[in-house]
Formats: sequence, C-alpha cells, structure tokens
Amino acid sequence: MSELIARERRQLELRVLRYNPQDPDATPAFQSYFLEEADAMTLFIALNEIREQQDPSLQFDFVCRAGICGSCGMLINGKPGLACRTLTADLPARINLAPLPGFELIADLSVNTGKWMRAMSERLETWLHAASDDPDIDSLEPVMEPELAQEIYELERCIECGCCIAACGTLQMREDFAGAVGLNKLARLRLDPRDTRSDADFYELVGDENGVFGCMSLLGCEDSCPKDLPLGTQIAWLRRRMVASTLD
Amino acid sequence: MNSSYKAIPTTGKPAALGPGRANAWLDLLQGVSGAVLVAFMWVHMFLVSSILLGKDAMYTVTRMLEGEFLFGRPYPALVSAVAVGVLAIFLVHALVAIWKLPGSYRQYRVFWHHSRGLRHTDTTLWLVQVVTGLVLMFTATIHLYDMIMHPDMIGPHASSARVYGGTWLLDLVLMFAVEVHAGVGIYRLILKWDLFGLTRRRQLLRRVVAAIVLFYLVLGSFTFAAYLRIGAEPAVQAGERYVPSWQQGTH
Repeated sequence: MSELIARERRQLELRVLRYNPQDPDATPAFQSYFLEEADAMTLFIALNEIREQQDPSLQFDFVCRAGICGSCGMLINGKPGLACRTLTADLPARINLAPLPGFELIADLSVNTGKWMRAMSERLETWLHAASDDPDIDSLEPVMEPELAQEIYELERCIECGCCIAACGTLQMREDFAGAVGLNKLARLRLDPRDTRSDADFYELVGDENGVFGCMSLLGCEDSCPKDLPLGTQIAWLRRRMVASTLD
Repeated sequence: MNSSYKAIPTTGKPAALGPGRANAWLDLLQGVSGAVLVAFMWVHMFLVSSILLGKDAMYTVTRMLEGEFLFGRPYPALVSAVAVGVLAIFLVHALVAIWKLPGSYRQYRVFWHHSRGLRHTDTTLWLVQVVTGLVLMFTATIHLYDMIMHPDMIGPHASSARVYGGTWLLDLVLMFAVEVHAGVGIYRLILKWDLFGLTRRRQLLRRVVAAIVLFYLVLGSFTFAAYLRIGAEPAVQAGERYVPSWQQGTH
C-alpha cells in the first residue's frame, strides 16, 4: 500500500477591505477571513469559498473565471490584478484585498468599472467611424494585410478590467485622464483603415493633458495589465503620431 | 431592429488644429531641453574631472573653453555666454516641467499613497525626479549665476578655492541631484517616446542607466575630493592663481 505524504497546507488570511456606501452606518475596515490553501487555488476560488462557507454578505464580482471578462479586478497586496488569474501560492499567507481605486465603489471588492469605461468611451469616441453610416452588408470588405489584422487584434484583446486605471499614477492626480485603456483604444482605431478619422481628429480627442500629453510614462499600466498589452509602446506611438500631426 | 450602425460625425476638422497644438510642442520641448541638459552635464563632468589628471590638464581645459587656442588669448566671457545659454534652457525645462506637476498638496498626497501601495519602480522614480528637480531649481540656479558673474574664477586654484572656501555643500548636493536627475530623466525620456524600441527592454535599459549614473557619481566624488584637497593647499589659500608647469620658472 502506497503511503501518501501529507503535505502541510498553509493557512491563509485574507484581509478584505469592506465597505458598503449604501449603508449609512458603515465605515471602511479590514475584515480577516481564514481558510486552508488548496492546490492550484486562485483568489477567485478562495473568495468563493469564503462567501459560501463563512460570509454570504461579502461582495465581489466575477463572471468567466478565466481572465476574459475583466470583472474580478482588485488590489492584491496593493497591486491591481485579476482574482481569477492570481494563484494564492504566489502570494504570502497574509493577503490584503481592496477594491480598485478610481472607480465608483458598489460594495467591498465590487466596483463599477462599466460606468467609468462608458464615460471614457463616449468622450474619446472609441468606436469605429466608418465612411458610411449605411454599410452595404452584401459586399465583401476590402482585404486587410494579415500583419495589420494581427496588430489590431493584439490591441483589441483589452478586457476593460480597470487594472491599468488603478495602477496609473497620472490618473490618481488627474481624474479626467483618459488612461491607458482609452489611449490604447484610440491607437487601435488609428491603425484601422476602416476608420476614416485623420490624425487631426484624434488630436482633438487626446491632444491635451487629459490625453496623451498628460501621461507621465510611469508604466504602471503596462506592468499591471493581465493581458500583457504593450500599453507603454502604444501610448508612445500615439504621442509621436500626435506630435507629427501638428507638422502636417 | 435596425442592424446598421450610425457613424458619428468626427469632431475634428482635417489638419486644422487650434491652439491645442501647443500641447504637443510643449511635451516635445520638455524632452528636447532635458536631453540637451543631460548631454551638457555629462560632458561638463568630464571637463571638470580633468583635475584628476593634474592641475595642468584642468588649466588646459579651462583655457581651451575660454577660447585661448582660437583667439590667442583667453576670453572668460565665453564661459558666461555658455552659462547664460544653459540657464535659458534650464528655465525652459523647469517651466515646462512645472506645467506637468500636480498643483495641490492633495494630489501629492494621493500620489504618495499610490506609489507606496503599488511599490512600482517607475512610479517611484517619478517622485525621485520631482525631488531632485526641486533641489536643482535652487542649487543649479545659484551655481549658474556664479558662473555668469565670475567666469574668470575657474581654474585649478580658483575653482578649488571656491569649493573649499564655502560652495562645497552646494556643489555636493548639486552633483548628486544633477546626476540622478539626468540619469532617471534620460531613462524616462526613452520610455516616454519609446526610442529605439527600448520600452520592451526596460530591465536592460534600467541597468545601463544605473551603471552610467553610478559611474558619474563615483567620478564626481573623486573630482570633488581633488578640488577639496587642492583648496586646502597654502598657495591656494593665499589666493595665488595657478601657473602651468611649462611657464613655471620663466618668471
């Protein structure tokens, strides 16, 4: 009979910053939860276990569990990240969790990133501005070079999780700053030949201190992006394009 | 349901930018002025450190910069002119930087908490730039004023007397602040514009820049020690100007 080696499992302490702004009597405070670490445990699994077994009132968001929906962004020991993509094994036994700063707090770890993203999107017009507002859906689209399509796809992978916003030092000081998520979207649309806007049009949207010239190049965005998007490179590219457009 | 989407008219007019285009130029100006100042400072350190090769070497460098080999006699006013130029670029750089700085204590406090929580090197480096930049606004201005008003007080003995006689504290603070600010500045400038595609090789870039800063700090420290040592010599204390070795004995 084989002898199973019982490994010592770590006891984790999850300290969650709890606050419900809807409750007039509530004050923000850390609350500790203790649980036993399991193999390949993610923070998402740990939080669900706590909610199921210890405290059903704990609020946090999740949908996909696979780093695609961008719902479970939070501050993990001070750094923004996705709970579903963070293994507890990579963290110390004591883990501090807080909601992402910069967004409207719903409660506990749940923030309204959608509201922020929509406002940014409307301000920066982060949708494709086609030549016609009545496209002929029966005709074939013009062929795009695979390299360009790949380049656009690479930037399109953004899931709007809000980690870049929470990691942005500029945004901490300038609330109206477009953030890496917004600037990346415009860089992506600038690449797209189907978007008819000129550099001057883009300049109108991001050519000020709340746009690309406000970015202080701290690169917290790139270093916190769970999708590893080349945000620093894109912002620099947009900045160079915007400067060049003033010479046209 | 109508499946066609509506293209919203764009806000801009083709290639007709208003006063907003100044934002681009100011951003560019901050970088270019910074790069020029870094280049100047790195050359400046080599010129100043010529004292490590001996008094004659530093004397020769001084006379060369005063145009003696070009005009047949030294013109210290040339040094003043260069200092005025550097001061002008320095002021432009500082003014554009101030435009980028946060305007309130609240913003600083928020940033401070943010950087402490995030523990992110490039975020912290920005704070280093703010602090060293503020130090430079005072120390570099004083030093430049001194160079503009007393351009003839540069030389193996005259400079040593000045350092030993009282500007040593200012010079020491200035040297550390300027070398750190220049190194971090050039690093951030490369990242900001993604020059040479180095944003993707940030670790390497950081190491190279750290090595350059360290080199200049070590060179600067030895140079500083040399001026202090010479400044303590009795001849320097007595106010004697340096006579190069090839002229000694001809008097």
